[in-house]
Amino acid sequence: MRAAVIVFPGSNCDRDMAVALRAAGADVTMVWHKDAEIGNVDLVAVPGGFSFGDYLRCGAIAAQSPVCGALRRHVDRGGYALGVCNGFQVLTETGLLPGALMRNAGLKFVCRSVALTVATADSAFTRGYAAGESIALPVAHHDGAYTADDATLAHLRDTDLIAFTYGSNFNGSRADIAGVLSENRRVLGMMPHPERAVDAATGSTAGVALFQGLVRQLADA
Amino acid sequence: MKANVHVMLKDGVLDPQGEAIRHALGSMGHTGVNGVRQGKVIALDLADGTSEDQIRAMCEGLLANTVIESYRIEVL
Repeated sequence: MRAAVIVFPGSNCDRDMAVALRAAGADVTMVWHKDAEIGNVDLVAVPGGFSFGDYLRCGAIAAQSPVCGALRRHVDRGGYALGVCNGFQVLTETGLLPGALMRNAGLKFVCRSVALTVATADSAFTRGYAAGESIALPVAHHDGAYTADDATLAHLRDTDLIAFTYGSNFNGSRADIAGVLSENRRVLGMMPHPERAVDAATGSTAGVALFQGLVRQLADA
Repeated sequence: MKANVHVMLKDGVLDPQGEAIRHALGSMGHTGVNGVRQGKVIALDLADGTSEDQIRAMCEGLLANTVIESYRIEVL
């Protein structure tokens, strides 16, 4: 399975993402934001961080970068994409995922491990978990309150596109949403950091199932 | 030519920063502040003859996230 990790100025989880993907067996290349081509890969990962200093809106400037044109073409031809934290914000700003991420309701940057429920196991990203399973992953964000209009929320619920929900809604996300899937279930955006939970030495391995499930499914494809 | 783009959260979208400002005004003793909404103004210095359609395209494509924000163009 071949994966590319996008690097923006201000990305800071790009190498963690590469480590997590490689540990699961993926062949990983890093792609600079000015590259207009990503190449032939199965998965594009958009990492966390503070791309372009969060200027204007989190992810807004990154969404206009040349590499995001290539990301859009990758997704349009059925490619997989994973956006974590700032990467989730980038995916909503590009319109590849519905909704938007707003300032946390408590106005504070929250950096800790939080309880999540795996809302669906029906995706390449969540097939390594059981639907309804409780896991804990780290979050580290200031702008993670998921927002979408009522019709979009109803559609997400009705079509099983909510991937993860928070056990306790600490950031004001509508419907407790921590992660959502695209219509074709091949794009996942999530605020929690699975790539920070892949080694017992750093406290948790709850993210391993996500990367292993993904690599297995895409290797079989 | 110059134009200002006013970007505000749409009505109905919760604005926790506006709420925090409202609380702070209350604690300063300003009574009767029933609501505060925070937005931003983006000042554009543009080539003469830039059309409003072009400014609107800038707003739709980048300056505002129309999922949560509305915008108003003010050509000066």
